[in-house]
Amino acid sequence: MTGTILFTIACLVALGLLFAVVLYFVAQKFKVEEDPRIATVESILPGANCGGCGQAGCHAFAENVVKAPGMDGFFCPVGGNPVMTKIAEALGRAVEEKAPMVAVVRCNGTFANRARTNEYDGYASCKVMAGLYAGDTGCKFGCLGKGDCEAACKFDAIHVDPEKGVATVDQDKCTACGACVKACPKGIIELRAKGLKNRRVTVMCINKDKGAVTRKACTAGCIGCGKCAKTCPFGAITVENNVAYIDFTKCKLCRKCVDECPTHAIQAVNFPPKPAAPATPAAPATPAAPAAPAKPVTPKPDEKDV
Amino acid sequence: MKKTFKIGGVHPHDNKISSAAATEIFPAIGTAYVSMAQHLGAPATPVVAAGDKVKVGQVIAEPSGFISGFVHSPVSGTVKSVAPRADIAGNMVMHVEITVEGDEWMEDIDRSDKIVKDIPYSPQEIIDKVKKAGVVGLGGASFPTHVKLAPPKDKKAECLILNGTECEPYLTSDDRIMRERPEEILIGGAIMMKALGVDRGYVGIEENKPDAIASMTKAAAAFPQIQVVVLKKRYPQGGEKQLIDAVIGRQVPSGALPIDTGAVVQNVGTSLAVYEAVQKNKPLIDNVITVTGRCLPVQHNYKVRIGTPMSKILEVAGGLPENAAKVISGGPMMGRAIANLDAATVKANGAILVLTAEETRRGPESACIRCSKCAQACPMGLEPWLLNKLSRAGGRYDELEQERVFDCIECGCCSFTCPAGIPLLDMIRISKAEVMKIIRSRVKK
Amino acid sequence: MNKLIVSPSPHAHGPESTQRIMLDVIIALAPAMLVSILASGWSVLMLILVGVASCVLTEFAVQKYLLKRPVTVSDLSAVVTGCLLALNLPPNSPWWLIVIGSIVAIGVAKMSFGGLGQNIFNPALVGRVFLLVSFPVLMTSWDDGGSLFGIVDAFSGATPLGAVKEGLKNGMTLSQIPADDLTFSQQFFFNLGGSAGELSAIALILGFIYLLCRRVIKATIPVTILCTVFVISGIFWLANPERFTNPVFNVFTGGLLLGAIFMATDYVTSPMTTKGQIIFGIGIGLITVFVRYFGSYPEGVSFAILIMNCAVPLLNKYCKPRRFGEVKKNG
Repeated sequence: MTGTILFTIACLVALGLLFAVVLYFVAQKFKVEEDPRIATVESILPGANCGGCGQAGCHAFAENVVKAPGMDGFFCPVGGNPVMTKIAEALGRAVEEKAPMVAVVRCNGTFANRARTNEYDGYASCKVMAGLYAGDTGCKFGCLGKGDCEAACKFDAIHVDPEKGVATVDQDKCTACGACVKACPKGIIELRAKGLKNRRVTVMCINKDKGAVTRKACTAGCIGCGKCAKTCPFGAITVENNVAYIDFTKCKLCRKCVDECPTHAIQAVNFPPKPAAPATPAAPATPAAPAAPAKPVTPKPDEKDV
Repeated sequence: MKKTFKIGGVHPHDNKISSAAATEIFPAIGTAYVSMAQHLGAPATPVVAAGDKVKVGQVIAEPSGFISGFVHSPVSGTVKSVAPRADIAGNMVMHVEITVEGDEWMEDIDRSDKIVKDIPYSPQEIIDKVKKAGVVGLGGASFPTHVKLAPPKDKKAECLILNGTECEPYLTSDDRIMRERPEEILIGGAIMMKALGVDRGYVGIEENKPDAIASMTKAAAAFPQIQVVVLKKRYPQGGEKQLIDAVIGRQVPSGALPIDTGAVVQNVGTSLAVYEAVQKNKPLIDNVITVTGRCLPVQHNYKVRIGTPMSKILEVAGGLPENAAKVISGGPMMGRAIANLDAATVKANGAILVLTAEETRRGPESACIRCSKCAQACPMGLEPWLLNKLSRAGGRYDELEQERVFDCIECGCCSFTCPAGIPLLDMIRISKAEVMKIIRSRVKK
Repeated sequence: MNKLIVSPSPHAHGPESTQRIMLDVIIALAPAMLVSILASGWSVLMLILVGVASCVLTEFAVQKYLLKRPVTVSDLSAVVTGCLLALNLPPNSPWWLIVIGSIVAIGVAKMSFGGLGQNIFNPALVGRVFLLVSFPVLMTSWDDGGSLFGIVDAFSGATPLGAVKEGLKNGMTLSQIPADDLTFSQQFFFNLGGSAGELSAIALILGFIYLLCRRVIKATIPVTILCTVFVISGIFWLANPERFTNPVFNVFTGGLLLGAIFMATDYVTSPMTTKGQIIFGIGIGLITVFVRYFGSYPEGVSFAILIMNCAVPLLNKYCKPRRFGEVKKNG
């Protein structure tokens, strides 16, 4: 009995040793020399493998950034500036700070604003729906609300609000990786500068139809009237194809356009509520604003206020 | 032994409830909205402007590319506007809006009932006439007919197959014209055979249309080169590739064109349009549209001027019943659900089908039980369950290409047959589009 | 007017549903269940009821409380598993045996892979084999509980296949073993001894015909299995009729018909294409014959099917349907 056990143990040990030796030599023979900096960079990266940087994953990013001469063209949207600075430090390079970005769904065609004209009964996918027809409202540019963006998001940051029927972004979770931008067949989602204290002014519409058509389809659509472009002191707004666009690199967050827009298609988020007293039209932004509210204030520009 | 295609297929209930309704002439009234995108390829360029007076048959738009077509005014009256208008899917398409005034035709159109049998034209003259008349394939794809009648130099047509299968359930417009105007269809066939330089012609008709078979067979006695082929009832027999397989027993290889088998397929409606274009100088300005549905009290086959709003046709046909849930342009298998009833008819419209919610229900989706019924039903020999799995996995385009997703003809057999209610075709369509994009970009490189 | 519904084509859908298919399988199993109830009494009815109830409950519990997914017991697939498991047990098995079998079949073989459509192995067979290796004595004691209405005399003893195996082990030749004396009509109509579902070939064949008529299954898999078993055992039998049982005996005894018709044709665990199905069937036939002739178990169908189940993903990968327009290799 003992003999059998001992024999078995001896056999297994011998086999183990044999394989260990074989494996050691095989590993030596097929060893791939890798720049140790790649491992360092990869350890700094968040490891989400989201592909938001345009590379095939965090390892590919690390490999390519180490090979590249500088930091140009490399930016990890998830880690943002802190991670990029760390990587640059590790590689002994200099890096420019990039403005933090956030995904913005440029459609405010909620159930309330945009009447449904027919009922979609196919597979719940924006891509399928967009391939089939203009959509279940009069607006053929707006959010279809079937959640392709939600499915594409790896950070649980974008959701189709069942009450509103349009996608909304959770700005705290959004890493601006751009997955939703690619997933949206209507091209509604845009990566925009997060803005100072998260304050942003955006045209929440991309409807290129003529004003009358847009107005008929949706009460919150941009009708391309151009009032905002005229009123903007910084030339940040352009109107093309019946739709206004605010260049976020030029926008100084004065919010003049917000008050001017007749359909409230331009919306400002995360600004402190306006003082209750009727403000003079000359007083734009609030310079000494108290700490910005942590949560986004529901933008409800009320024109009767003025 | 009746012929049919060899792979897959399903047997939906044929529901040909409107086959007894003789073709009625639908009056040209009110306003016509003529789309500039009635054919596959580049939209036509309008050549009229608001305020112009037009007659029936007058050219109002010209082709803007090789694969494009002429568009003619289906009515006489005044052009009210040339502007974008929503089509059945709600997409904006350039339309010419014409207010109907009287019914004045172009002088060179022969409006008599006399059947003209002699074909004194050369092949090139025929192709030119067909092109000038704006004839497109009326089977659904609306491919410009003159392009199909002039195959590339290195390909040789051997025979013409007229498609009278009408394998889609409910549709009866082809059935009606085969019963009512068999001789004209066959002359149209003879014209196309002359243009193609072939001496063999077939008319494929499914067995569920005995009257059409009888009338076509009778008329075909005078055309020794054209043979009526009776086919088993099986969907999608009217698919170009399936029909060639069924009639002459040749299969179009993957990636090749139907002409590679030596066959050119034309719908019987197209054949009639070719006859009218060549022998009567009448451009394609009207077509026969079946207005049907079990919830409609009366079934109709209307000869409708192109550009008539669907809502108008439905109104004349008796209005939409209370329980109507879905209106389809075309048949239930491949037709398109109409989002905008005010959209106007186009050349290839064959039917307006009204279904109730019960008839068109999509069952709740449940897990795939791998019954392989979709693979058995697929007429292209694909494996829809696998394509569905790969599509949902996301990004697996090389495997999808290897599984030949691009061969899918979107006939809907897989979704029709799936006991688990999986929207197989929806998923396949998405990946097919992606894979085609990838293939095209590769070809460009 | 109501809003129009818009959806991608096709707008018509076939009449088939998962539930209807499962119901058809249950209907097809009814003759076999009836025969075994008549032959072996209420204990079989109890087994079936307990089997169905415990399979359904297991699936319900796993989906609702463990996976927190929508409950899909209404698709009847668990009912089918329960019936099949009951028919695969000795008629007089205690009720707790089938409860354990059901929990293994549904909980381990089906739900842990992701539920209906995801499992690699046939759940009922996994349940049966689990019981066979865990409770070998119970699973091979064929003492009859007494037939219902006294139609058949109480019978006790081994299955025909078991008797053969036992006899051969003891050095007997086949002519000395009484089991092989079963007349053909006995084998075909009523052959006592064995699992609840193995009693009557004719009842199983009735079910098979029903499934074929309803187009639930194609004949490919069962026919290939039966032909393979017949041919292979025929070769052995011709070589040595004293050592190997005859092909007719092999086809109609034991669980072969039940396995070939109802277990091997399980959609989820069988190949998709005809080519794959033929290879699958031949494999099952071969393994069955080899286990019966040379293995230590008297019956090999369960093992054969489970082993071939492993090959299904591979068969699906390499056996493709004939594509449209594919050039034939021989001109």
